[in-house]
Amino acid sequence: MNLSVNLPGLSMKNPIMPASGCFGFGHEYSSFFDLSTLGAVMMKSATKYERLGNPTPRVAETSSGMLNAIGLQNPGVVKIIESEVPFLATYDTCVIANIAGSSVEEYEYVAKSFNQTDHVDALELNISCPNVKEGGIQFGTDPYMAAYVTETVKKATNLPVYVKLSPNVTDIVAIAKAVESAGADGLSMINTLTGMRMHLPSQKPLIANKTGGLSGPAIKPIAIRMIYEVKQQVSIPIIGMGGIASAEDVLEFILAGANAVAIGTANFNNPLICPEIINELPNVLNKYGFNSINEAVGKGIIHEPADISSS
Amino acid sequence: MINKVNMVIQKKTIVAKGTLEFVLKNDFISHHATPGQFLHILIDGLTLRRPVSITDLDKSSGEVTIVFKIVGEGTKKLATYEPRQSIDVIGPLGNGFDIKDTHQKTVLLIGGGIGIPPLYHLGKRLVENDAKIISILGYQTKESVFYEREFQALGDTYVVTNDGTHGYQGLVTDVLSKVGSFDTFYTCGPTPMLKAVKERLSNVDGSISLEERMGCGIGACLACVIPTSDGEGYRKICQDGPVFHAKEVNLS
Repeated sequence: MNLSVNLPGLSMKNPIMPASGCFGFGHEYSSFFDLSTLGAVMMKSATKYERLGNPTPRVAETSSGMLNAIGLQNPGVVKIIESEVPFLATYDTCVIANIAGSSVEEYEYVAKSFNQTDHVDALELNISCPNVKEGGIQFGTDPYMAAYVTETVKKATNLPVYVKLSPNVTDIVAIAKAVESAGADGLSMINTLTGMRMHLPSQKPLIANKTGGLSGPAIKPIAIRMIYEVKQQVSIPIIGMGGIASAEDVLEFILAGANAVAIGTANFNNPLICPEIINELPNVLNKYGFNSINEAVGKGIIHEPADISSS
Repeated sequence: MINKVNMVIQKKTIVAKGTLEFVLKNDFISHHATPGQFLHILIDGLTLRRPVSITDLDKSSGEVTIVFKIVGEGTKKLATYEPRQSIDVIGPLGNGFDIKDTHQKTVLLIGGGIGIPPLYHLGKRLVENDAKIISILGYQTKESVFYEREFQALGDTYVVTNDGTHGYQGLVTDVLSKVGSFDTFYTCGPTPMLKAVKERLSNVDGSISLEERMGCGIGACLACVIPTSDGEGYRKICQDGPVFHAKEVNLS
């Protein structure tokens, strides 16, 4: 069975990678399995300077999912390049650096910083973090701003850029098309949906940040629907994510148009979920009559006949 | 060393109102866990695992005891598990209590409510280390008291209930003046209690064990953090803790 997937900058042995923010920089999970089994690793967001993140509680259980508001806690891009990237470079897997910022200048700075290392294969541009006050999501909810930050980052970096889209928008296709026009090499979708819970004993929001990003199986149908819609309108590849917890889920995303997928929340439930899905994937592909990942990409899309009456 | 293992429930006991004790069996955990470490338990139908401290363990039988209180959806569901059922656990997790300088010292254990269980395992190891144990155990009310006799077997034990229905009335800090002198303290309980203890015992060396809502439990997701006293950043409760030097972290 051929699980390999080739995307801009990413020559991957399989389409499975842990999602940014759910895997740190890999150290903790490397005591559970060999990170070389992964197609790629998406590192936790990097910002220009160290960020301490939000107050706690930062997480809460929800029906079939969870809320988080970590707030982009990270040691800053310089430390990430010095201390974290070399560790991941010891594994035979692709490395994707997720970059975040509160201004276009910050994104540009962080993107440029990753030019200094040979061990990062692509950038994931986080314009969709719902948990920081300034920056992040404002770039992800406006097609013009999304295109502007994409274009700036593309000029600053030598690496392919995958733009991570927010589902907290009315028309995700408009954002996808805007960043494609601005030069994005690929998309990654979806980030979390903004949500909230109330804590009954204190009668206050449960998450200290008040709102958090909803992830886990609860958002899987939304992710699949959005990938399905976007796939038909763009020609750049899509890394799909949102509640994936099994090899069957992976195939659903691929059929909807994803070229590869990321596993997020499921890592917390089962630290071995990525290698388990990689092992199971050939059986699932085989069961549904596919000989490779590429064969299945977008196969679930029903192409409507052109409506001649409206043109 | 951390592993994902299955632990079979050997025995289930209600030890106080809404408080359960499970005796679990797993040789890996019983051989590797130290006092103050915890298990991250997968509960059917829930997305996030639930962290539960280890109350006791027996290396020879492979038995590991946990005590938990039903407080929310996770613990409510866990309480429905029955003997012979297997539970999926990641552990042992975190850095436990440091007991190396306690030989022939007098040690004060201060526990509040569901913060009491990890102090029992600690107390037993301290006794083996020839330390003299004094315990202050705080509960809401008489019905919520558990492990009183177990702690009495380790040394002098002062029980306090908020409503005075059992032992002294008040808070654990109200009996601090009665316990005499001690060299160090270890405490675990609700944050307001830990804060009060830390303030009252600011001139004594001590350790506190913290709890927080957790994500991964292994230090990757940064959900459970605590600000450091120097204002320079955060420590991870699941990985750097849950036990910290009392002066190291800032309880807000």
